[in-house]
Amino acid sequence: MENNKLLLLGDQAIALGAIHAGISGVYAYPGTPSTEITEYIQESPLAKERGVHSRWCTNEKTAMEAALGVSYVGKRALVCMKHVGMNVCADAFVNSAITGVNGGIVVVAADDPSMHSSQNEQDSRFYGKFAMIPILEPSSQQEAYDMMGYAFELSESKKLPVLMRIVTRLAHSRAAVAVRNAANETACTGRASVPTDWILLPANARQRYKEVIKVQPELIKLAEETSYNALSVTAGGTAEKGIIACGIGYNYVMENYPDGCPYPLLKIAQYPLPAEKITRLAHTCKEILVVEDGQPFVEEQLKGVLPSTYIVKGRLSGELPRTGELNPDNVKAALGIAGAQVYAAAQNVVPRPPALCNGCGHRDVYDALNRVAAGYPDAKIFGDIGCYTLGALPPFRALDSCVDMGASITMAKGAADAGLFPAIAVIGDSTFTHSGMTGLLDAVNDQSNITVIISDNLTTAMTGGQDSAGTNKFEAICLGLGVEPEHVRVVVPLPKNMEEITRIIREEIEYKGVSVIIPRRECMQTLNRKLKQKRAEKK
Amino acid sequence: MKTDIILSGVGGQGILSIATIIGEAATRMGLTLKQAEVHGMSQRGGDVQSNLRLSDTSIASDLIPLGTADMILSLEPMEALRYLPYLGKDGWIITSSTPFKNIPNYPDEEKLMAELNAQPHVVALDVEGLAKEHQMPKSANVILLGAAASFLQILDVQTLRESVGRIFASKGEAVVETNYRAFDIGYEYVKRLNQPAL
Repeated sequence: MENNKLLLLGDQAIALGAIHAGISGVYAYPGTPSTEITEYIQESPLAKERGVHSRWCTNEKTAMEAALGVSYVGKRALVCMKHVGMNVCADAFVNSAITGVNGGIVVVAADDPSMHSSQNEQDSRFYGKFAMIPILEPSSQQEAYDMMGYAFELSESKKLPVLMRIVTRLAHSRAAVAVRNAANETACTGRASVPTDWILLPANARQRYKEVIKVQPELIKLAEETSYNALSVTAGGTAEKGIIACGIGYNYVMENYPDGCPYPLLKIAQYPLPAEKITRLAHTCKEILVVEDGQPFVEEQLKGVLPSTYIVKGRLSGELPRTGELNPDNVKAALGIAGAQVYAAAQNVVPRPPALCNGCGHRDVYDALNRVAAGYPDAKIFGDIGCYTLGALPPFRALDSCVDMGASITMAKGAADAGLFPAIAVIGDSTFTHSGMTGLLDAVNDQSNITVIISDNLTTAMTGGQDSAGTNKFEAICLGLGVEPEHVRVVVPLPKNMEEITRIIREEIEYKGVSVIIPRRECMQTLNRKLKQKRAEKK
Repeated sequence: MKTDIILSGVGGQGILSIATIIGEAATRMGLTLKQAEVHGMSQRGGDVQSNLRLSDTSIASDLIPLGTADMILSLEPMEALRYLPYLGKDGWIITSSTPFKNIPNYPDEEKLMAELNAQPHVVALDVEGLAKEHQMPKSANVILLGAAASFLQILDVQTLRESVGRIFASKGEAVVETNYRAFDIGYEYVKRLNQPAL
């Protein structure tokens, strides 16, 4: 495998880098654009041979905590999620800096600026700073691969988890990556090196927190010294401007200077910020342009590094757009380079939004809900995160909300508490086990008057059909949480069953308490894939 | 030399298979390649595109800048026009002429085709029709690739054709043969266009 070149997505480069760094497990919940990291490990022959754990977790928090357990006994673990998954695992993530690590932990957060497939564009680098741990931000697939081994070594040498932040355009872009020989798995020690570090009672936690603060100058020193943060200064005189390019932003700068950047340039791929290098850059130029994808994380911090009179430009100053992802064109404009002449946008083009697949069971669910809701003018339908969020768009326009994983049930509950009737929640099977179960328990304990639809297509469909944690367990889960057995109803969402489905929805709306209706039919995408596979096997 | 291609279509039409074949050929020829793809929500019947960049030197950005693409290669005519501002002045549009109508407000077909055909460098061919006519309903995208082949000067046509075979090899001899034929049909179609009128 030495010096072999492979064509890999950024996600796959990270996955292979982690396998080659000797991880014992990947712990993750699917989420665009991070899903392909775990999928690659699931399919990797080497990972299979080594028995690397790669089964999907129920949510990002269970993933992060399982990784902590792996680390506790001295082995290496990778945790992957989309940016909003960081909110779900934040409790475990932030506290993992206080416990510290034994075996290395690398957390990959895949941000989605421009919200290609997300509900916000939060920048995960803030989480790394919040937890006070090292952050890596690769600019290329090769760097992503190379950084994995480095990240695990860094994690173990500083006894802290390491956050790797990527964005959609790195996660889902393919390039050739030169790969090295695989390292062996680290050995299981069976115990933590300092057991009390892991018992976060106030007395221990105060001690550990002091240690985390104490190690900060070392983290900054590493960021000053690493070759990943490369400063190139032009010779002679003070330049008109200097550039700080973070992560993938570096590529967009270089795209505009094919013969080399004419300005002093600091490429940043490791944080905390290398303040000394930034000061050195500032001395060579009159102003600094910060090119960073996501939120103005570096631009804001520069105010604490440079004198207040020093001119800093970027997303806050308006040179780059405040929202949306970077691209070669908005970076070109920020660099003051005139754009190429372009064809005007065509006249006969209209938006083509995504839609639920033909034959999808969610369609029949929304059809039924719309029929029933027509008889209840005050009905509100609280939605959730998944393919079925598309029920908010025409032709259904069936949803009144979509906020975060699990919010359908709890929002319906709150609205019912406040007097709304009927309060209906629509949640998918995978989202229900991710974050809906606890909310359902709240509703049961409060005897809230809500109707919950768990639209079960036996998979995590939106991200491409990954296994769903609760498959075959939903009735048992609902009963276990205390929903009355006669108010847990299962239907098959097909047009021919419309009369039965609408009747059952009406009955359960009229029941004054918590009821759960489970329309269950397999996702068309996974069904077709299985049929194809079967046909191929027959041949 | 560098070649930047915008691949476009509707989620599920198979633009990523075209990208995979071109990528295989480029890698075999020792070219550098970057390919930004779209995954996730828009794959459910929405508009999808992929930026494919080939070069004999290094490539910086994963995305193609406005006004510089050498080709828009599209499996749907409206989706070809969507990316017009990315096309360079001398760039070509190679597109399927078969509309994919999964939205209620799809533009008037005649106006759409008139605008498409008014572009200075365009080849619009009915790949769906050709695929049906030759009993290869699943190979419309490979016919389109064949049509694009002679415009992709950075790639050797024979290498590209062989990549079709290698990508489909796991599906058996018959599928490989069908896709070779599909590639040739697209390639010959464009060659005939270039012949002077008799």
